[in-house]
Amino acid sequence: MIVPRVPVQHRRLLPDHRLSGPTPWVIAILMMLTLLAAAAGVGLARSANAIGQAIAGRVTVQITTANPVERAEQAAALRRRAAAQPFVRSARAVEQQELRATLGQWFGSAEGDDPVLKSLPLPALIDVDFIGAERDEHVQALRALVAAEAPGARIIPHAEWLGPVARLIRSLAWVAGALVLLMALASAAVVIMTARAALGTHYATIEMLHLIGATDRQITRLFQRRIAIDTAYGIALGTLVAAAVLLLIGWQWSGVTSGLAATASLGVAGWGLLLALPLLAIALAALTARQTLLAALKKIL
Amino acid sequence: MMDGGGGPRPGGAMVEFDGVGLRYGPDAEVLSDISFNLQPGSFYFLTGASGAGKTSLLKMLYLAQRPSRGIVRLFGEDLVTMPRHRLPGFRRRIGVVFQDFRLIPHLSARDNIALPLRIAGVREEDLAGPVAEMLSWIGLFERAEARPATLSGGEQQRVAIARAVIARPQLLVADEPTGNVDPDMAMRLLGLFEALNRLGTTVVVATHDIHLISRIDSAQMMRLEKGRMADPTGALRYPPANRV
Ligand SMILES: Nc1ncnc2c1ncn2[C@@H]1O[C@H](COP(=O)(O)OP(=O)(O)OP(=O)(O)O)[C@@H](O)[C@H]1O
Ligand SMILES: [Mg+2]
Repeated sequence: MIVPRVPVQHRRLLPDHRLSGPTPWVIAILMMLTLLAAAAGVGLARSANAIGQAIAGRVTVQITTANPVERAEQAAALRRRAAAQPFVRSARAVEQQELRATLGQWFGSAEGDDPVLKSLPLPALIDVDFIGAERDEHVQALRALVAAEAPGARIIPHAEWLGPVARLIRSLAWVAGALVLLMALASAAVVIMTARAALGTHYATIEMLHLIGATDRQITRLFQRRIAIDTAYGIALGTLVAAAVLLLIGWQWSGVTSGLAATASLGVAGWGLLLALPLLAIALAALTARQTLLAALKKIL
Repeated sequence: MMDGGGGPRPGGAMVEFDGVGLRYGPDAEVLSDISFNLQPGSFYFLTGASGAGKTSLLKMLYLAQRPSRGIVRLFGEDLVTMPRHRLPGFRRRIGVVFQDFRLIPHLSARDNIALPLRIAGVREEDLAGPVAEMLSWIGLFERAEARPATLSGGEQQRVAIARAVIARPQLLVADEPTGNVDPDMAMRLLGLFEALNRLGTTVVVATHDIHLISRIDSAQMMRLEKGRMADPTGALRYPPANRV
């Protein structure tokens, strides 16, 4: 029972001061922060996974043979033979034009028509995507090909330089997850303090109720109902604000037209988690209140 | 005195105290060696100087306090070892008038009086009649919706008494129930206790009021002196006969 049913006449036993204390507001703030941290965690975890998948099976072969004609021949031959291997999904030669354009951004001419840049000997690059996860074996096999077709060329696995980025993003996701847990603990602490304060405030009433034969269960339901309703208001408010913030961020990231599409990048599971959190919070608050109240009442005869 | 099981053990006592002592915290005992039996349907006055321990004794009687030592039995069951969860059932059979009233301040007189019935789960349509009747009987029908703070001391006391008797308890415990009312009202309230007593309720009234005591011939006296029960004849421990 999250919000216990209490007869109307019994509800009057607690004077009606709904939303008067700080509890709903503190809960609202904690809920909002929890949802934002959870959204950040889900988003980061998903991009870490995306990067991880993209780089796990990809290497670039860099051919630096000095003679440009020989270099081009080696590159073409290697690309052809690599593409023919069963463990290779695709092998693609990076166009010299594409390389120039990339480097041109550093040289100050986006088209790559800078004279200095034109005079630079650029290496030939071949991107190879493997099939399956046994990257080390594939690299060994590719190394044999490279030795035959383009001696002296280097094989650069993408995981080597993008891996640390993916790991950083993943550890940020873990930090976000830890924040969600800590805020759940803080919320439970707020509920415990609220329940204890309520018992203190109404001690005389509780003593009286005990003496005329009220059970702990009856008294607990009375208080649990009030606390559950107050925290539910706070949770609803915090959820609304968090939803507004998330939509705003998504909208800013991706421009006016595809705002909703961008926020959908949290994925179905991500949105499911975000929707489940407020409901879990309401249940957690009610159960915490209930346990606190029962434990405290046991100390009174 | 050693009973050893062969003594004249009174059958069916409503309340039995045997060698009961009570101390608050580490201080000396405020009640010592209290032994008595209360017979069903009897009427008792508890007297004693201020501070003699009357309220303390009544607290054990209405289950607000467990004794520090000795045996307390209520309705034939040992209260000292009784688990907490069984106490509410016993408390619903006891009506209490507190020395300091203890009305719930944010409830109207009507809701205060109805409280024991509601706690016991009586339906609203079944309790409206008795509560209204009780309100008229204590002369507060017009003030039914008044909060305790807006009532005079005597009016609050009447509400407290109405709350204690509304559920027809088997045992009524009243601590100075007439301390704040005029002599006429005191007699009226005593009449209510007597009427309940005639219907079978065991009544225990702690009071200093000599007039009150002289009004009920059949009542038995219990006297506390500095935390000990004065029982020169032993009648409280071994009542001559059951008087129903
Ligand atoms: N909660 C308590 N903690 C400590 N001592 C207490 C407590 N209640 C009562 N006492 C002490 O126990 C003794 C008996 O008190 P009690 O209230 O039982 O007396 P009483 O006979 O009811 O007095 P009165 O006629 O003034 O109401 C007193 O000395 C009092 O100071
Ligand atoms: Mg007293």
